[in-house]
Amino acid sequence: MIRAFRILSGNPLSLLGLCLVALVVLVALLAPWIAPFPTHNGAVVDFAFANQEPSPRNWMGTDLVGRDIFSRVLYAYQVSLFLGLVVLAIAPPIGAMIGLLAGYMGGWTESVLMRIVDVFLSIPPLVLAIAMMGVLEPTLTNAMLAVTVMWWPWYARLVYSIARSEREEGYVLAAEVIGASTVHIAFREILPNCLPAIITKMTLDMGFVIIIASSLSFLGLGVQPPTPDLGSMVAEGARYLPDSWWLTVFPGLAILVVVFGFNLLGDGLREVLGVNQ
Amino acid sequence: MQSPVLRLLMRRLGISLIVLIGVSMLIFSIARVIPGDPARIALGPNATTEQVANLRAEMHLDDSLVVQYGHFVADVARGDLGMSLYTNRPVTLDIAQFLPATLELVLFAGVIMVACGLPLGILAARHKGRWQDNLVRLFTLLTVSAPSFVWAVILMLLFAFYLPLFPIAGRISDIYEIERVTGFLTIDTLLSGNLLAFGNALSHLVLPACALALSGIGQAARLTRANMVETYDRPYIEMAQAYGFFPSRIARMYAFKPSLIPSLTIIGLDFAAMLGNAFLVEAVFAWPGLSRYGVAVILRKDLNAIMGTVLVIALTFLIVNIIVDLLIAFLNPRIRHSTRASL
Repeated sequence: MIRAFRILSGNPLSLLGLCLVALVVLVALLAPWIAPFPTHNGAVVDFAFANQEPSPRNWMGTDLVGRDIFSRVLYAYQVSLFLGLVVLAIAPPIGAMIGLLAGYMGGWTESVLMRIVDVFLSIPPLVLAIAMMGVLEPTLTNAMLAVTVMWWPWYARLVYSIARSEREEGYVLAAEVIGASTVHIAFREILPNCLPAIITKMTLDMGFVIIIASSLSFLGLGVQPPTPDLGSMVAEGARYLPDSWWLTVFPGLAILVVVFGFNLLGDGLREVLGVNQ
Repeated sequence: MQSPVLRLLMRRLGISLIVLIGVSMLIFSIARVIPGDPARIALGPNATTEQVANLRAEMHLDDSLVVQYGHFVADVARGDLGMSLYTNRPVTLDIAQFLPATLELVLFAGVIMVACGLPLGILAARHKGRWQDNLVRLFTLLTVSAPSFVWAVILMLLFAFYLPLFPIAGRISDIYEIERVTGFLTIDTLLSGNLLAFGNALSHLVLPACALALSGIGQAARLTRANMVETYDRPYIEMAQAYGFFPSRIARMYAFKPSLIPSLTIIGLDFAAMLGNAFLVEAVFAWPGLSRYGVAVILRKDLNAIMGTVLVIALTFLIVNIIVDLLIAFLNPRIRHSTRASL
């Protein structure tokens, strides 16, 4: 852990990533205390200050009904991070389990499972999520569901490719010879060897999950107002370009900052854990 | 079947057919998840119970799911995707009208992605560890760190509003009347011989295509760099260096070519991502393509149109993947000249 931290902090870009991620997590957690207008995360109107450009009172300006954009960005970070954590808590275990089974068992199990994975991978990811949100009600839970459904196949394919090559290794053969059960070999012998790749992919994916989720809400298919969300904030403001540029530019940059942070961190982590693409 | 490339093509077509059947099942089951009665949704709240019952029978909604799926496949095979509730026209017609605009955008973005991504990757690999490499790394990480709609908004703000170099929205100015032949405006304007209109259509295409291509450029550059760095460690590169070949020649002839093949696979995947991201970019630039149609029908819960749109996008992606695989087979002498099916 300490060694990993030292390697990470040796690379300025990775260190920057770590700082950005820590900063975003911190401001998201502390949003109720540090937001200048903590009530502005809901359906509040303050027409006296509607559509104001950035000023000392409102660092990022105010939206069309007078809510402070900086406060809303902080609360939107909460939503994005929560969604990302839930998706990455559910999708990788499901995908890993299916990939392990397919990779270790081989034969019919492999063919059937991997063809199912192929089907999911042959619809562009965002399109699959959009189609699912099309028939589901647009809520936070359903958005998480849609993103999870499009995400697990990538983990299945990653773990599958590792498990298939590990299947031939000596230690697996040894475990088979002493009569270890299939479950034991798959989960206690092979799975630990897949973990570095899974963890690296999870860090790199955090940013992508945030991108996909904000894309859904940009299209009006994700988290619904008045809950603040970076994607829907950009969508709302895009109609008022270029005059009210702050409506779109700040939420857009907010997405860039958090995803950039996770990408830098993930990139550094890949070197620490020695995982290739 | 003599040619290995032909054999590969047949194999890929077979797999694609299986995948396509799976995709149709997946789309069908997504459409059946919908809460509420599709017939009721189609007719609206004012319809009588009798009308709803009639439409239910017409849509085969009272049959078992297997029978319903059978009807769905039979209809699709005949090219009948049903009527759209949104436009009141056959979905097939709608798709035929809107698909070319999206394809034109995505193909143009693909060209930009390859034309910028590969040279950037080569540049980074040739100067590994130096400032050029770091600069490219920073650029590629930045481009993949924001969704396409953010890039679309930023590009629009910079190059359409502040520096009015390109038009803000749409595919072509209203003053041009172009006869529709292919649906690709850049081709149709050329066919009509109107060069001004061609320039106009092209300038409308630039910003959306760049917004769409940006994250792909980053990925293509990163991957090309990684593959080329690996190739540079091979003994035959050292051999070429020992012969005193120019670095540019080594890069071009010995390091780049083998690295291109794995990059192509990822470019195929990026293409899929662009088909999805087109939904975002078309929304920002008011591009009258399939994705904008897709969002419109989704917001109206227009089931036939949703299913048709997703199916056509999946089909497009499968075709692109087959083309990429064939391209790889053609570029890779080990496959091109192999005598047995090794894939």
